[in-house]
Amino acid sequence: MINSLFLINHSGDIFLEKHWKSVISRSVCDYFFEAKEKAVEPENVPPVLQTPHHYLISIYRDKLFFLSVIQTEVPPLFVIEFLHRVAEMFQDYFGECSEMVIKDNVVIVYELLEEMLDNGFPLATESNVLKEMIRPPTILRSVVNTLTGSSNVGETLPTGQLSTIPWRRAGVKYTNNEAYFDVIEEIDAILDKSGTTVFAEIQGVIEACVKLSGMPDLTLSFMNPRLLDDVSFHPCVRFKRWESERVLSFIPPDGNFTLMTYHVSAQNLVAIPVYVKQNISFFESGSCGRLDLTVGPKQTMGKTVEGMMITVHMPKAVLSANLTATQGTYTYDLATKVLVWDIGKLNPQKLPNLRGSLSLQSGAPKPEENPSLNIDLKIQQLAISGLKVNRLDMYGEKYKPFKGVKYVTKAGKFQVIRHDWTVFLACKGKP
Amino acid sequence: FSGNSCDATSAPQHYTSLITTLKTNSGIFSVLRNEDLKEMLESSKESLKLEAMKRIVGLIAKGKNASELFPAVVKNVASKNIELKKLVYVYLVRYAEEQQDLALLSISTFQRALKDPNQLIRASALRVLSSIRVPIIVPIMMLAIKEAATDLSPYVRKTSAHAIQKLYSLDPEQKEQLIEVIEKLLKDKSTLVAGSVVMAFEEVCPDRIDLIHKNYRKLCNLLVDVEEWGQVVIISMLTRYARTQFTSPWKENNEKAFYDSEEEKKDQVEAKPYVMDPDHRLLLRNTKPLLQSRNTAVVMSVAQLYWHLAPKHEVSVVTKSLVRLLRSHREVQYIVLQNIATMSIQRKGMFEPYMKSFYVRSTDATHIKTLKLEILTNLANEANISTILREFQTYVKSQDKAFAAATIQAIGRCATNISEVTDTCLNGLVLLLSNRDETVVAESVVVIKKLLQMQPTQHCEIIKHMAKLFDNITVSMARASILWLIGEYCERVPKIAPDVLRKMAKSFTAEEDIVKLQTVNLAAKLYLTNSKQTKLLTQYILNLGKYDQNYDIRDRTRFIRQLIVPNEKSGALSKYARRILLAPKPAPVLESAFKDRDRFQLGTLSHSLNIKATGYLELSDWPAVAPDQSVRNVEVIEPVKEWAPSVGKAKPPKQDDKFYSDSGEDDHEEEEGEEGSESSSSEDSSSSSSDSSSSEGLSFCVCIWVNIPTFGPVKSHELLHHMTGKGLSARYHFPRQPCLYQPNMVAVQVTLTNGSDHSLEEIHIGDRSPASLNLHCFNTIERLEPEASVTVSMGIDFSDSTQAANFQLCTKDDQFSVSIQPAVGELLMPSSMTEQDFCKEQGKLLGMNETSATITLAAENSSSQSLSKQVLSVANVGVVSSSENNIHRFAGRTVSSGALVLVTAESRESSTALLTINTDKSIMASMLLRDLKQALAQA
Repeated sequence: MINSLFLINHSGDIFLEKHWKSVISRSVCDYFFEAKEKAVEPENVPPVLQTPHHYLISIYRDKLFFLSVIQTEVPPLFVIEFLHRVAEMFQDYFGECSEMVIKDNVVIVYELLEEMLDNGFPLATESNVLKEMIRPPTILRSVVNTLTGSSNVGETLPTGQLSTIPWRRAGVKYTNNEAYFDVIEEIDAILDKSGTTVFAEIQGVIEACVKLSGMPDLTLSFMNPRLLDDVSFHPCVRFKRWESERVLSFIPPDGNFTLMTYHVSAQNLVAIPVYVKQNISFFESGSCGRLDLTVGPKQTMGKTVEGMMITVHMPKAVLSANLTATQGTYTYDLATKVLVWDIGKLNPQKLPNLRGSLSLQSGAPKPEENPSLNIDLKIQQLAISGLKVNRLDMYGEKYKPFKGVKYVTKAGKFQVIRHDWTVFLACKGKP
Repeated sequence: FSGNSCDATSAPQHYTSLITTLKTNSGIFSVLRNEDLKEMLESSKESLKLEAMKRIVGLIAKGKNASELFPAVVKNVASKNIELKKLVYVYLVRYAEEQQDLALLSISTFQRALKDPNQLIRASALRVLSSIRVPIIVPIMMLAIKEAATDLSPYVRKTSAHAIQKLYSLDPEQKEQLIEVIEKLLKDKSTLVAGSVVMAFEEVCPDRIDLIHKNYRKLCNLLVDVEEWGQVVIISMLTRYARTQFTSPWKENNEKAFYDSEEEKKDQVEAKPYVMDPDHRLLLRNTKPLLQSRNTAVVMSVAQLYWHLAPKHEVSVVTKSLVRLLRSHREVQYIVLQNIATMSIQRKGMFEPYMKSFYVRSTDATHIKTLKLEILTNLANEANISTILREFQTYVKSQDKAFAAATIQAIGRCATNISEVTDTCLNGLVLLLSNRDETVVAESVVVIKKLLQMQPTQHCEIIKHMAKLFDNITVSMARASILWLIGEYCERVPKIAPDVLRKMAKSFTAEEDIVKLQTVNLAAKLYLTNSKQTKLLTQYILNLGKYDQNYDIRDRTRFIRQLIVPNEKSGALSKYARRILLAPKPAPVLESAFKDRDRFQLGTLSHSLNIKATGYLELSDWPAVAPDQSVRNVEVIEPVKEWAPSVGKAKPPKQDDKFYSDSGEDDHEEEEGEEGSESSSSEDSSSSSSDSSSSEGLSFCVCIWVNIPTFGPVKSHELLHHMTGKGLSARYHFPRQPCLYQPNMVAVQVTLTNGSDHSLEEIHIGDRSPASLNLHCFNTIERLEPEASVTVSMGIDFSDSTQAANFQLCTKDDQFSVSIQPAVGELLMPSSMTEQDFCKEQGKLLGMNETSATITLAAENSSSQSLSKQVLSVANVGVVSSSENNIHRFAGRTVSSGALVLVTAESRESSTALLTINTDKSIMASMLLRDLKQALAQA
């Protein structure tokens, strides 16, 4: 399936190549570079490309291109999903996924890639299995290894590879047995100028950090599982139990993993935690404009809004901004035309305000597009959907584990859009 | 060599300092590298060799050529250091193709490793051996693959499935033999193997659909437990399979496609009501849970399966999951949106409720924006068009001008598709003509041109307006469009048209080719309708065109002149000039770019590129008549009956421990059982209609796809009689599988049956004795209905003794003391080894550790086959292949301590045999000998 992999950095250097079948010359990447040139922005490179003899499927993340070369028909998502797994595995092993780290650990990277695919078909992609075969580098271990010549490579086949629960390694032992679950919710919303919700939904994810000895069998139940509209699970979750009882029953992998992701539908009215009063206007003459932003809490369920940040993509003509903020700091990047106002904690008594003047390129016409605002925020101890974990039970092991659940709400793709242009498409076709 | 043989003591220091130099200074590194690396590889220190190999792998990773080190590297292929060995493998696979002769030196090492008792080593030897692309070793590879395909370890069998594809690409001549191996592996019941062998099938012999029949139901049932990547491959194969084996569930399709006359249609529909094949249903039912997978490729593959196989009204179950994928990575969004674009053309309704998910965000990448726009346009209908148009207004103002242009195209498409909004859109677009951005204006002109063509009558105002704008528009496509419009409808704007032509005559030479062509066109049309005013202008333009640099324009000019200016040469054609040039033209149809993508299977590379990719397998049309359904029936495996509960409504027994998704399930067991019997009974009826003789025993056919240990029949023993258990009865057996919970435990399966007339609650395990007994309990069974039974699995650490494990089986109200006493043979696990190793190990276990006896064989057991069978039924050991006919060897290890137990049976004359057992567990040896003696003596 996957013939070769090339890792390419931001500036277009190939710094790693790996072939699982016959070697394919790196000149095949020229077609990719051509497309990259054309796309200008790296995000805009089409993920699937065709060359005279091969197909190229690539992903772009962490400022790196993972480019795979394919020779025959294959579901493109299969390759894309796999490439993201590779990147995640690097992240998992080395703490970050960057050119430097990959170059520094090139041998481990190569050993990992060797185990992850056989003849281009995925072999071991579970972190728990791979870590038993190839141990992640630690400072202590690399010192010991250089002194003794011992290796990072395991000698026996990880038991996970053979059982029907490949995600868990065998013989796990901890002195402190603990299981933590983070319920993280993101609000995706589009608000119009008046603050009316055009579109809102909640994406949730439960990240788990489970460090339990032996072979624990866990059951996690919710107070209000009906909230969950659409879910996807880690393979460890028994789907049938969920279907019939709405509980999560699973033998967890060891360590960190994403237990489930869920979606809370727009039918349940989504609480919008903040409002933004804004006034950005440009004058016909004098090449200048005004900006006035005020932020205030709306539905926060009594919690404090933290990490508040507002980003504005200004029209190209805006040269500089001369503003004063009553709270926090603002920066205006002249190159990217991005105004960032970092507010921090939101104080309901004294609403933060940012106002001042914008100066435009002289002679430039009045910008026609009004900038949209992107909002970032964080609320601790709250899942905005109201989802609550009821209890966590453990079977199969005797000890009493320490259990913990944390809730966080964040802004996902949270935009305020100004719909205020002259209505040029008055719609007659009413439903 | 003189350099090499310098004093050995100083050498390591030299290297260490060298390494530090290398680490600090890569410049020196590149100069010195090959010689030094060679020296390091030839040194006696493992750590130096390893360091050298790491550097070499670093070179390979960078794409540098390290092939000249081949001889030095290949020497280390048999190294004891596992990391060193692995790195050598990496090197070998990379360069073997270039250095074929030298690569052959390593082959014997792999051949040896293929016989290693450690399955990881066997597997990795096969992996590397099959990756060495040297044609000369094809026969060796073939042999190795065949052997590995029957290996006891499923991991090795999986590796052999991968090796099949490698060998096939190296030498396609081997196809026939490889198909045999594939056929064998397809029968494998391990979830580990399933994905890999189906992959091999797809690569080697995708047309041999017949190989799938017998394995179809098994694959469907295993699917949930197969690893993610295997699921994708299996689902896509089963999609193809189903399209050849089942009839179409799309009724309306049949009607429209095949029958024209009303009566005929009615006849046909009434004559043959559609009934879905139970196997078809099985596939749909078993893939549905995978929509909840975290793996986007799995979700997409299920979605395409439903799209291509499910009845139309069921397809929408995939919508929500597809929309969920839109929150994944950008690249995933791209592929999913492409597929939704194709789907939304045929089935608007599926995605309309999720319209807002396709709203474009300013942060989206360009290709994502374009796809979302495409989908929104596909979804537009009378009801939602106002919302969509309002959304489009925002997009038109986007800073991304290419995207704004695409939006204008989309507005045009909405206008043509939905007649209610045509005027609104047209007016809106006309307003856009005064936009400051040229791309927007140009695109609007082009779209307006298309719209006007559909209903030109009322729109001379717009044409006038555009003529006014003409001077300010510089984009040639837009200028050409306006010229064409004025020419086409010149009679509606009789005053303006000649004036435009006058202007064009002035600027003709400076225009782009496409504008020149349209100018010639306009001139010709005006000449025909209004020759009084334009005759001279036209001739002037035709003269300019005649000497143009572009041959297309010269050609066109020549043609037009002959056509419109009658002379003796032009003949009859000029009479028709007006009808030719001013013929009413059909309006262009504004279509989706994804209109014809549905010719490809969704989710494929071909679909994504809209071009047939190499190796793309066509999805066949539904057969008009379903092929024989009975080909998928599988014979029942007998031993299952032995421990099937006799109570209740003949529920098919299930060995549920093998499959994770079923384990730990208590009350669902029943539900599933019913499902199973339901599907088998419906199948029963279908097969009895085709051939009634095979219907006997089919009610057990569900058992086939659960994993029956291949080692011999399973004996079940009574744990609790229903009389003593107040209705609760329990039987147990040893499934002879590695224990899930702890490797030193013996797996035990307990089947609990409620024979009483009320339901039993909270069945669990209570106190145990001895108290130190290490026992893995099953989860408490909350409720067991009357007549119902459930099978649960436990793990017991017997510590290699046959002492019984005593514990209490409790219900809510009662406690029953029960005990499990294992036969000594159950305390073993098979161990695979070669005859050589066997003899070597046996040599170490002589004297005190050897127990032997001569026994008399029953007549039935004198054949070697039945002798093996008897031994295997007594003890859970593995057969060691033997070169002598009269000697049988078996090897196993004790589960708890892993001590080796070797059994040799040498058949002698007059039906006697010498049994020898070598192990350091002498008590076990004598007990085992006793059991074996008994089993072999009786029939």
